[in-house]
Amino acid sequence: MSATQAASDDVLIARIAQGDRLAMQVLYGRHHVRVFRFGLRLVRDEQVAEDLISEVFLDVWRQAGKFEGRSAVSTWLLAITRFKALSALRRRKDVELDDEAANAIEDASDDPEVAVQKKDTSEALRKCLTALTPEHREIVDLVYYHEKSVEEVAEIVGIPENTVKTRLFYARKKLADLLKAAGVQRGWP
Amino acid sequence: MMAASKKMLEQEPSEIEMLLPFHAAGTLNARDARRVEEALARDPALARQYAVIREEYAETIDLNESLGAPSARAMQKLFVAIDAEPARQPWASLNFSARLSGFFAELSPRTLAWSASLGALALLLQAGVIGAVLVKNQNSTFQTASLSTNEPITRDLGGGAPPHALVRFAPDARIADITALLDHYQASIVDGAKGGMFRLQFGNRAMSKEEIAALMGRLQSEKIVSLAVPTP
Repeated sequence: MSATQAASDDVLIARIAQGDRLAMQVLYGRHHVRVFRFGLRLVRDEQVAEDLISEVFLDVWRQAGKFEGRSAVSTWLLAITRFKALSALRRRKDVELDDEAANAIEDASDDPEVAVQKKDTSEALRKCLTALTPEHREIVDLVYYHEKSVEEVAEIVGIPENTVKTRLFYARKKLADLLKAAGVQRGWP
Repeated sequence: MMAASKKMLEQEPSEIEMLLPFHAAGTLNARDARRVEEALARDPALARQYAVIREEYAETIDLNESLGAPSARAMQKLFVAIDAEPARQPWASLNFSARLSGFFAELSPRTLAWSASLGALALLLQAGVIGAVLVKNQNSTFQTASLSTNEPITRDLGGGAPPHALVRFAPDARIADITALLDHYQASIVDGAKGGMFRLQFGNRAMSKEEIAALMGRLQSEKIVSLAVPTP
């Protein structure tokens, strides 16, 4: 995101704090797709992810006056989204979650084999990216797709900066293991 | 040379390896980006790993882009909820920078131009009065720089008042630029927008005349500052 857009996001937040609905529409239009995709990757349910967006932006409407501009608005939005997504996940049964995660990984190690037979490494890679644990998925998405820095990821996830770096490294290593299990060799590790 | 990448899976990953994904995404600061570039240039194994990372990076973007977008229902739901919220008290919970942004946003360009002109006129008048007083008080004798024995020898411990200045910003200055300038100079607005001029205080310690003159010079050279004049 450019510095200009970040500054303009700050102005929108100031206007939202005064109850400006139009500013809210502009901010929503600018960020809702990324918020939705980040939420969807965490909760894996489109309906829940759509509900998340409304909750996230309603929080922005309510809390805009307290936003101090220490971080970019997009970073603040992703931090709220993450919090809401985890709350939504907690509402589901833990057992159900564990099963889902395990199934996802098993499925992925099967599906990529099929994909490799079709010589489609790209598709196998995508399947394995989907099969990562939520913890690994979110850090990969934040760094690669949302283009967040070490400091910003640390703020969104609420972990030290060094942990951000090591967690991403082990997420990548897990990704390599999944691909290897599916018969895909990429030269690393 | 390949030590950084060789030890990656046997031991803890090296610092440079852990920075590679951020380098691919372009989110490293200049110093770290340079360190990574140098390491990539001398370590082929690290360069291979970087190629793999770029592949992951591209696929992660494709995967996310394939997720589509939410339906209009989400936005409708949001604004129904917003309409149900209690009415806002304007300015009630805004921080200083938000208030400053709001203040500028409410002024029309014509108002800003008029206030700036009036401010400049007031400043000229003030400069004239100060100049006249100085000329009047000046006597024709000269003074040496030697120690005066009539006054006690004291040392300024920095307890004096910090410097102030009247500043007029350029009409096209953006709020973000102004707040960045205030941060950069550790300045705060102590009196706002009278005749288009702001009275700023710089830091919290007294400065010598030379320091103040240098400060004014720096301020005056800022693109968004039209006028900066020291005041008591």
